Amino acid sequence: MSKAVVATTSMAGCFGCHMSFLDIDERILDLIELVEFNKSPIDDIKHFTKQCDIGLLEGGCANSENVEVLKEFRKHCKILVSVGECALMGGLPAMRNGIPIKECIDEAYLNAPTTKNCNPDRILPNDDELPMLLDRVYPCHEIVKIDYFLPGCPPRADLIWNALYALVTGDELKLPYEVFKYD
Amino acid sequence: MSEFVSFKIDGKQCMGRAGEYITEAAERNNIYIPTLCDYKGTAPKASCRVCTVKVNGRVMTSCTTPLQEGMEIENETAEIQDIRSGIIELLFAEGNHLCPSCEKSGSCELQALGYRFRMMVPRFPYLFPVREIDASHPKLIKDHNRCILCKRCVRVMKDEKGRSFFAFYKRGAKLEITIAPELADKITDEVAQQAMDVCPTGALLKKRKGWDVPVGKRLFDMKPIGSEFEQVK
Ligand code: SF4
Ligand code: SF4
Ligand code: SF4
Ligand code: FES
Repeated sequence: MSKAVVATTSMAGCFGCHMSFLDIDERILDLIELVEFNKSPIDDIKHFTKQCDIGLLEGGCANSENVEVLKEFRKHCKILVSVGECALMGGLPAMRNGIPIKECIDEAYLNAPTTKNCNPDRILPNDDELPMLLDRVYPCHEIVKIDYFLPGCPPRADLIWNALYALVTGDELKLPYEVFKYD
Repeated sequence: MSEFVSFKIDGKQCMGRAGEYITEAAERNNIYIPTLCDYKGTAPKASCRVCTVKVNGRVMTSCTTPLQEGMEIENETAEIQDIRSGIIELLFAEGNHLCPSCEKSGSCELQALGYRFRMMVPRFPYLFPVREIDASHPKLIKDHNRCILCKRCVRVMKDEKGRSFFAFYKRGAKLEITIAPELADKITDEVAQQAMDVCPTGALLKKRKGWDVPVGKRLFDMKPIGSEFEQVK
């Protein structure tokens, strides 16, 4: 049987969900028997080299690059899973939703204690190469269709493992109460 | 003494007192009906609708419906559970519930219902309303992002003359909880703690208190809300 192909990414996230994924400890040995990785920070493959079975998404969409990555994932993965509160509802970055973009940028580059008086020319990031900030942070499922959701900040390692295992093997998903959390 | 009546919940034969609310009767028969705005010992308000059941085929709130002989109550049917899930999801989508940064997380009744109903993500789009956090009171923080307007604080938290410490303020979508100005300085540490405990969510927080219970020991970390009423199956 050929291995399931998995891709992962971190968009507007903190990499905590990836860290939690690695918390599966010795099951990582079972994991490499079960799946092969394609585009992912885990193997540092930057671009998709084939169609994948499962895409794990950390973080929501805060800028134009996040949207592009997410759409790439939708194109290349049969199943997309939103992993963690940021992917599900924007998470901490979404605390800026409701604050006008200009206020956010001014606060970050002009008025914060660490930038105040350090930016005499009042330069705001404006390089063409930089992605554009979106008006607010969007949950992944508001941009593309998402097939499954794993809550938690980060989702417990057991939850990620159980879900991946169920998806790959077709077994029923085990969802014990203690691993199902929103924090 | 009130008369005993027999009734059924999901086909199970139960006994209760005529006139008591269905939620109370269910509890004494070791059956959990989820509630949120209801608070033991206080007249029900029926503002959340989480306790929805079907009584003889009609949808009703069990926290306000008095028990009668022969009632056939549907509690855990797929249809009723879906109505309840929808209500819980609405509450999450309507406010700003960032559980990872909430001091009430782990002991919050709204969150616990989300867990119990295994809500992965609300079926409704998040509204991301713009709401204030008011920390002007010396003892108490009000976070309107998390308030579900259940009115528990208004109904339960009263001074010795029976005046409410809290009240509704403004109208419609702007409706919010406010502290009665003339009673504001009667809110001691003790009252603030009580208010925090009475509030089902993290909308009322006692100052300088957050995060004092370690993860794993909070109210609903290990056991689902309502499991204390349920029979060992
Ligand atoms: S859900 Fe939590 S752990 Fe995951 S990316 Fe967001 S902040 Fe980090
Ligand atoms: S009030 Fe409850 S549901 Fe809302 S953020 Fe806090 S823990 Fe989560
Ligand atoms: S502050 Fe708490 S108790 Fe009062 S109405 Fe809001 S959620 Fe209910
Ligand atoms: S508990 Fe009955 S309506 Fe809220």
